[in-house]
Amino acid sequence: MKDLFEEIFLTIRANKQRTFLTGFSIAWGIFMLIILLGAGNGLQNGMMQGFNYMSKNSMSIHPGVTSMPYKGLQKGRRLQLKQNDADFLKTHLKNIAEFSAVYQKWSISLIRGKDVVSTSMSGVEPGYEVMRNLIISSGRFVNNTDNRESRKVIVIHSKTAGVLFPNENSIGQYVQINQVPFQIVGIYEEEGGGGNRQPEVYIPLNTAYTIFNPDKNVSNISFTVTGVNNSEESEIYTKEVRQLLAQRLQFDPEDTNALWIHDNLSSYMQAQTIFNGIALFVWIIGIGTLIAGIVGVSNIMLITVKERTHEFGIRKALGATPRSILRLVVVESLTITTMFGYIGLLLGIGLTEGVASILAKTGQAATDKPEIFVNPTVDLGVVLAATAILILAGAIAGYIPAKRAVNVKPIEALQHK
Amino acid sequence: MIHLENIHKTYNLNTSNALHVLKGINLDVADGDFVSIMGASGSGKSTLLNIIGILDTYDEGSYYLDGQLIQNLTETESAKVRNKMIGFVFQSFNLINFKTALENVALPLYYRGVSRKKRNDMALGYLDKLGLKDWANYLPSEMSGGQKQRVAIARAIIAKPRLILADEPTGALDSKTSQEVMDILRQVNEEEKITMLIVTHAREVAEQTHQIINFKDGLISSIENMRQ
Repeated sequence: MKDLFEEIFLTIRANKQRTFLTGFSIAWGIFMLIILLGAGNGLQNGMMQGFNYMSKNSMSIHPGVTSMPYKGLQKGRRLQLKQNDADFLKTHLKNIAEFSAVYQKWSISLIRGKDVVSTSMSGVEPGYEVMRNLIISSGRFVNNTDNRESRKVIVIHSKTAGVLFPNENSIGQYVQINQVPFQIVGIYEEEGGGGNRQPEVYIPLNTAYTIFNPDKNVSNISFTVTGVNNSEESEIYTKEVRQLLAQRLQFDPEDTNALWIHDNLSSYMQAQTIFNGIALFVWIIGIGTLIAGIVGVSNIMLITVKERTHEFGIRKALGATPRSILRLVVVESLTITTMFGYIGLLLGIGLTEGVASILAKTGQAATDKPEIFVNPTVDLGVVLAATAILILAGAIAGYIPAKRAVNVKPIEALQHK
Repeated sequence: MIHLENIHKTYNLNTSNALHVLKGINLDVADGDFVSIMGASGSGKSTLLNIIGILDTYDEGSYYLDGQLIQNLTETESAKVRNKMIGFVFQSFNLINFKTALENVALPLYYRGVSRKKRNDMALGYLDKLGLKDWANYLPSEMSGGQKQRVAIARAIIAKPRLILADEPTGALDSKTSQEVMDILRQVNEEEKITMLIVTHAREVAEQTHQIINFKDGLISSIENMRQ
C-alpha cells in the first residue's frame, strides 16, 4: 500500500498542472456549496430571530386610529384600550392559553446609585414571559401574588443586570424608577441573543397602574391561542376578535386601521414560504456547482487516462496486471479528490465561521438595526455528504475510462500516441 | 525456450479487407541462444515478436514458452508471465517520461513486489554496470538516444528474465551507438545466459548474432547459422 502511494505521489508530482486542475474543480465545488448554504442559513437565521420576539402562536392587539366613519362618528378617532376591555376580551375569546394586557412606558431610567440605564418598561401579567419567549436565567418572573398585591418587583435582562450590578448577584437588590424602589426578583435572557434592542424591564401590571397609570390605559393586549394552525384559521380568528371589539369600541368591523391585530403565526408562515423559496434556490445552485465539479473531474480523468494509455502499455509490458493499473488510476483520483475536497471544506467552513464570529461581535456593539444575517454556518453533515459524493464521483470518473484503457491489448496501448 | 508451431495471424482492417501477416510460422529457439530476425518492413517480423512477448495474440497454431502453452491467457496471467520471463527493448525506448532513469529501471521489480529500497539499490547497480550511474536521477528527456536505450536494457534485464525481445533496438541510433548497444546485448547474452531475440533490418546488426532468421511475406524463407 505504501508502495502504491509512493507511485501515485510520483505521478502527482510529475503532473502538477493536471493535479491542480482536478483538485481545483473539487475544492471550488465544495467551497461554493458551503458559501451558498451558509449564506442561505445566515439569511434564514437572521429573519427567524425576528420571530423569536413573540412566540409563534401569539397575537397582539394594538389600538389605532379609525379610518372610516361609523354610526355618526367621524373617522380619524384615536381608540384607547382600557383594562375593562382586556377583561371583556379575556371572558369572551375562545381557546385562550396565555393572556396579558400590557402597559408600556417607552422611556424610563433605571437607577442604582450613580449608575443609570435608559430603557423601556412593561407592566405585564404572569404568563407574559411564555408569549414573549423569555428565558428566566435566575429568580422568577412576575407572579400572581405580585400582581394582586401590586408589589414593587422587577425582572431585568442579564445585560442590564451586568451594567448595574457588575460582579455581584442582583437578585434581591433594589433599583429605582422615578424614585420608587423596585426589588429585582428575576433575570431573563432572550433566545438568539435578542438582537440589538435595549432590553426592557418588566413589572406587575397592577403595580404599573398604581404608580404610573391610574387611568388603567392599556398599550396592547397579547395572548396565545390554541387550535389555530394555519393562516386561514388565524384569519377567521382575527376577524372574530375585531368584531368583538368593534361593537364595544364603536368602529366599523371592516376598518383594519382602527385596530392593529398582529398575528405572529401568519407572518411566520409567510416568511416560511420565502425561506423555502430561498432554500430551494440555494440547493439548485449548490447541486449545480457540485455537478459542475463532477463533470470537471470526469473530464480531466478521461483526458488523463487517454494521455496515459501509452504509459499503461509500457507498464503492461513490464508485467503490470490490469488490476494494478486500475488501482493506480482510481487511488490517484481518490487521493486528489479527497485532498482537495478537504481543502475546499476547510476554506469554506473557515470563511463561514469567520464571518459568523465577526457578525456576532459587531452585532453586540451596534444598536437599533435589526440583524438580517445571523450565524451563516452550515450543517457539517450536509458538507461531509457533498464531499463524499464528489469523492465517489471522482473514483467513478477515474474507474470508467481506466477500465476501458486496461482492456486495450498491450500492443495497441504501446502504439497509442 | 521458444517453440512455435504453424502460427497464423490475420489483421481485419475492415469487414472486406483482411491482412494475413503470419502464414504458418514454425520456429525453435534454444535456451541461451542469440538470434536475429531479418526481413523487409511488413514481412511480419515485428508481429511475431509481439506474439512471442504476449503483447499480441495469434489466431492459429500453438506457442510454447519454456514448455508452457501460451494460449487464451487472461491479461493478468500474461502480465505475470511477462514480468517473470520476458524483458523488452524497443526501438523508441518506451521509457516513462516523468520517471527518472533509476525509477524506470526499477519498475519491473515494483510489479514483482520488491521493496522500494531493494529495487532502487538493484537499479543503481545495473545503471552502474551500463555506465549510467551518474545519470540515475535524470529524466529520459535529458538523455541521448544511446543513453536511453541503455536505460531500457537495464530495465529489461533487472528482473532476470529468461528471454529478451528487442524490436529494432538500434533503429533510432547512429552507427557508433548502435555498436555499443549490440556489444551490451551480446555481453548480457553471454554473462547472464539470457536468450536474446532481435528484430532488425540492418544486416550488420544481424551478423553479430548466432543465427539469422530471414522473413519474407509472413513466412520464414531461410535460416543462416553464423557460428562456425
